[in-house]
Amino acid sequence: MTTDTTVAEAGPTPRARLSPRKRKKISLGIQYALFVVVIAALVLAADWQSIQHVFFNVNEAKKAFPEILTIGMRNTVIYTVSGYVLGFFLGLVVALMRLSDVLPYRIIALFYIEIFRGLPAIVVFVIFGFGVPIAFDDFELPYDPYGTVALALGLVSAAYLAETFRAGIQAVPKGQIEAARSLGMSQTRSTVTVVIPQAIRIVVPPLTNELILLFKDSSLVFAIGFTLGSYELYKFGESLSTQTANSTPLILAGAFYLCLTVPLGYLVRKLEARQKRGRV
Amino acid sequence: MTHAVQLIGLHKSFGDLEVLKGIDLTVEQGQVVCVIGPSGSGKSTLLRCVNLLEQPTAGQVFVHGAELTDIDVDIDAARRRLGMVFQQFNLFGHLSVLDNVTIAQRRVLKRPKREAAEIAMRNLEKVGVAEKAKQYPAQLSGGQQQRVAIARALSMDPAVMLFDEPTSALDPELVGDVLGVMRQLANEGMTMLVVTHEMQFAREVGDAVLFMDEGLVVEQGPPAQVISAPQHERTREFLHRVLNPTHLDEEAAAPQ
Repeated sequence: MTTDTTVAEAGPTPRARLSPRKRKKISLGIQYALFVVVIAALVLAADWQSIQHVFFNVNEAKKAFPEILTIGMRNTVIYTVSGYVLGFFLGLVVALMRLSDVLPYRIIALFYIEIFRGLPAIVVFVIFGFGVPIAFDDFELPYDPYGTVALALGLVSAAYLAETFRAGIQAVPKGQIEAARSLGMSQTRSTVTVVIPQAIRIVVPPLTNELILLFKDSSLVFAIGFTLGSYELYKFGESLSTQTANSTPLILAGAFYLCLTVPLGYLVRKLEARQKRGRV
Repeated sequence: MTHAVQLIGLHKSFGDLEVLKGIDLTVEQGQVVCVIGPSGSGKSTLLRCVNLLEQPTAGQVFVHGAELTDIDVDIDAARRRLGMVFQQFNLFGHLSVLDNVTIAQRRVLKRPKREAAEIAMRNLEKVGVAEKAKQYPAQLSGGQQQRVAIARALSMDPAVMLFDEPTSALDPELVGDVLGVMRQLANEGMTMLVVTHEMQFAREVGDAVLFMDEGLVVEQGPPAQVISAPQHERTREFLHRVLNPTHLDEEAAAPQ
């Protein structure tokens, strides 16, 4: 074996008809050519006038203002933020229960997480919008529909946030708790003063991601079904689109979602980069 | 007279692994006791049993006459009297140096903010890192972090200080700063129980040295005896390896 290799190495390098580098060049060339052909075909085949008329219709867009902002955007932000705040604290409590020494707490937390993470959000919303008011006769949450929406979104997001918090709490080094305990802090005091603040710092990027997801999930509250004043971005755009048989309002609603989520995504990347460099 | 620290028949097992196999130990008020021994001998576990960071499997722990292993004792209150310094410093990364030193004073001892800060600054000055008070642990060298950790423990006015290999994670050139602070504490009469590999520190500062191996105390006595004239073969072998790490080959080659 050894002699074979030495002989092969000693001889002149065998020349393939096309070297790998040449082959790569040709393959790249073909891919670019295909790309150009597809674009050209799309440009030629599309009916630009009707596309503009259906999707980017300035007149239709004008009709959406200012309500798309004063009603749609405003409600999307209120629903998402109130749901997130509720989910944040509930999620933290569930995460602590999940890590508790007390078995019943762990079981409750696990059930909660599995149910609300496993159910499609829209199922929860429909149950809250229609099932709960019928089942509990005179039951009405305060600030309806905001209370109902905040609770529904909060319950769903708490399940995800609980798992995120759990990961963060477990990522805090054990030595931190030992140091706190050695200074005479109780278990609870160490958790509140030392563990949770550091756990939250660790999971700030995924927490921001959850906020982005919740902005999108807030569109599902249309399933609760309410009046124009409480429409959020999606429902607002959708109903206007149906009325006018034109998709422009929906495109507009989509654009406003991006106005909310893209900066947040940018923020997440910033935060992740900062964590990579080592937090100071 | 009550002992500062007294351990009676201390056993500790992790599952099937018996780490401490019956330790008796007393530390008198104002004494510095150094625990030496190979890694895995149970030194750190012993120290962690004193403030019950590890729950002993059997045996009793007394601190100033009060039994910590008694289930009726408020362990959080008892730990306030036992300062602890860790190998990995364990400063709170989300708090500034000053907050690291004041947080337990304020939350546990309920000292007012101003008083806690004064005590913190006094202790930070004592260990020579007062000018770092506004910085965060990640901005400090290992030696500075460890000195902050000492100041943090001292600010709780402990009766006894426990040191768990306080210089083992430090760059060699930074070891001296930390040992200097510990020597100063010893001179001021602080009662100290120190797990260490620094033989020179044990010899010069220790009132008593304890050699542990495989979960038992093999030999104990004044440093002049245990370190300079060890009685047991196991102690001699350990000290030879620690004190002459580069001469092991010679020794192995010698018999031939």
